[in-house]
Amino acid sequence: MNTTNLIFAGVGGQGVLLIAELTARAAVRAGFDVKQTEVHGVSQRGGSVESHVRFGPVVYSPLVTAGQADVVVGLEKLEGLRYANFVNLQCGSLLVNDHEIIPGSVAGAAEKYPHYAIEFLRGKGLKVTAIPASRWAKDLGDGRVANMIMLGAMSALTPQMSEEVWLATLTERIPEKYRALNLKAFETGRSFASPLASPLPAEAGSDPKDLSKN
Amino acid sequence: MKELLLGNEAIARGAWEAGVKFASGYPGTPSTEILETLAKHYPEVDSQWSANEKVAFEEGMGAAIGGLRVMVTMKMVGLNVAADSFMVFPYSGTNGGFVVISADDPGMHSSQNEQDNRYLALMAKVPVLEPSDAQECKDFVKLGLEISEQFSGPVMLRTTTRLAHHKGLVELGERAEVPQRKFTPDAKRFSVPIYRTLLRPGVEKRIANLRDYAETTPVNRVEWRSGQPGEPPTQGSVGFVSSSIAYQYAREIMPEASVFRLGLTHPVPPRALKEFCAAHETVYVVEEGEPFIEDQLKAMGITNLVGKSIFGVIGEYSPERLAKAIGLNVPEKPDFGKEITVLPRPPMLCVGCGHRTVFDSLKQLKVTVAGDIGCYTMGALPPYEASHTTFCMGASISTAFGLERAGHERAVAIIGDSTFVHAGIPALIDAVYNGSSLTLIILDNSTTGMTGQQPHPSAGKTLRGKPAPKLDLEGLVRAAGVKQVQVVDTWQRKDVARAVRSAVGHDGPAVVITRGPCMRLPEMKLSERGERPYFIDEALCTKCDACFKVWCPAITRTSAGFPIIDPVECTACTVCAQMCPVEAIGPMC
Repeated sequence: MNTTNLIFAGVGGQGVLLIAELTARAAVRAGFDVKQTEVHGVSQRGGSVESHVRFGPVVYSPLVTAGQADVVVGLEKLEGLRYANFVNLQCGSLLVNDHEIIPGSVAGAAEKYPHYAIEFLRGKGLKVTAIPASRWAKDLGDGRVANMIMLGAMSALTPQMSEEVWLATLTERIPEKYRALNLKAFETGRSFASPLASPLPAEAGSDPKDLSKN
Repeated sequence: MKELLLGNEAIARGAWEAGVKFASGYPGTPSTEILETLAKHYPEVDSQWSANEKVAFEEGMGAAIGGLRVMVTMKMVGLNVAADSFMVFPYSGTNGGFVVISADDPGMHSSQNEQDNRYLALMAKVPVLEPSDAQECKDFVKLGLEISEQFSGPVMLRTTTRLAHHKGLVELGERAEVPQRKFTPDAKRFSVPIYRTLLRPGVEKRIANLRDYAETTPVNRVEWRSGQPGEPPTQGSVGFVSSSIAYQYAREIMPEASVFRLGLTHPVPPRALKEFCAAHETVYVVEEGEPFIEDQLKAMGITNLVGKSIFGVIGEYSPERLAKAIGLNVPEKPDFGKEITVLPRPPMLCVGCGHRTVFDSLKQLKVTVAGDIGCYTMGALPPYEASHTTFCMGASISTAFGLERAGHERAVAIIGDSTFVHAGIPALIDAVYNGSSLTLIILDNSTTGMTGQQPHPSAGKTLRGKPAPKLDLEGLVRAAGVKQVQVVDTWQRKDVARAVRSAVGHDGPAVVITRGPCMRLPEMKLSERGERPYFIDEALCTKCDACFKVWCPAITRTSAGFPIIDPVECTACTVCAQMCPVEAIGPMC
């Protein structure tokens, strides 16, 4: 089995690093070698945040190479668009929270925001699944769990890790006070994306990712 | 047991397992989590933030001479601050084990320059270890301490951003209690420069011995995959010489090629490397930063090398970048930006950040402003564009002084409280002493905001959260000879503007301390303060957009065109309410 490549992208404060960490932990629990990397540093909110997670029998680089991501998870529309070019065009997909956060400090940002990003990317042949995760999260009682809805959806597309592995990981990592809500959000995303899962990475067969085979 | 650890967490774990008893440093990305992890999880290690890197290094130096195992941490530019002591320490050498972490930042994710600190080690004649994954981050701390003790000299462990900030699986071990070594005062070794000539040959001897050690240490490892030692090279055979995270990229892009993995990159093992290079037709030297290994190989007379000429010295490496440089087949990355706007999303001042009022007032005054290192470097960006220089820690005050000498009479320096303590104090003393009339604004948010809210002497607590004597900034500034000292609540727009204007108009040096804790400190959470988020009453709002001038990320617009405050984000800093001419903004009921 080959390396699975995932990218999580969003806006500072959305919980990108948490769902990346949960994924890495789940992969460890499932017995894989795992590497994860993220952008630290300037700790202000509101900037772009990305994290790469790779797992498999042996993982060397923590960085995902463009065109090799099995799933790119965008917690916000523009951030999904920003990392869409990492998606493996043959067998990868983009999961995007259909939610817009206008960049604050860019002049004219509201006018230039790419509202039609999802349609645009579909037009380019990308497999894009849009999920109203922020809206559903509010319906669940807390807009902040949109990240867990997206994680749940992604979990349905990574059959290398069983549902038990995910639930055990979440239970271990999420403090009891917030656990029930987060698990509910995770399940919401997972049951939404499960029907989509069949043609995705694990069954995709060919592995166009290996740079050495050229 | 294996655990998923950040490179920096693994370094902390390594220090704990190796029996380190004292650890010091100054926060700086990408090094910061090392000491934070030590303080949080490993009470056996006496760990602390120091006022700056030079102080941290020297405290560690003293503790090591005193016989303890010691680790000192800093980012790469921090070692510039500590360079004075770093250069002299090898002369006396150490007693207990001493490892200094230099966290380099290729790509300048959060730095003002790129610098490859292996050259500082070369200059100081200090050995350099470069781990290549989280496991080695842990193991190499222990190895570094052993080398330090065996050769009686300080050791540098160099990481890079991707190594420090990646997570990988690490096999955990137990702590070894290492007995303290006896310190014997020895003037010829530890004091008086006249004896230094006696020590000078020892520095050369140490490096020569380390060169022999480099030939046999298992961290300099050959992974043969094509060609064999002693055999003629296979036609077209390719080998890599690599270190650090770049080694992982080399393995990733060409798993079938042989690799000489250098864990000790200064000094390198000449014999083993010559043999490896002779067994391959082409040797790619892959190292992030400068051609440090490559130049050492060239100096040995090895010629079948390809390195910086195709990989370059600027920025961070990635498997993609290396594969492209070598000419491997890499999937094309589409550039959607040509057809759709992929707006940038730069970081901005946090919701509730008290520095906004300062930049507002400076912008209105149209003065020349020398900035410093901290969150407030963002004052140089739109919408404020009210900070005009940024160089290095503490440079704001001395730069403003120089600007003043160059005729910019109303020069203003802005500096955070942590940076002021780090390197600003001597600069202020100097400016006052030499007759400056500059205005200094100390943005006192009671923390080191940029790197993630670390305490420092004027925050009044230690790394472990223990209350500490709080440095009296006002008293210190007065002691330097500043007569006009004003302290204002940083969220009171008018007070800040008035104080800054008064300071700039003052004949003589003046200091304004704008005080208000960083909103990201745990105690500043709304619930902790017992306050409610603000909201905008649409019945009163005239859509004049004055509140948008706060540039608060929590204020957006409804579809009906009214401003709206995100109640989850709002910190109740009150600044938007102060802007509103019709009093439509106030706390929620």
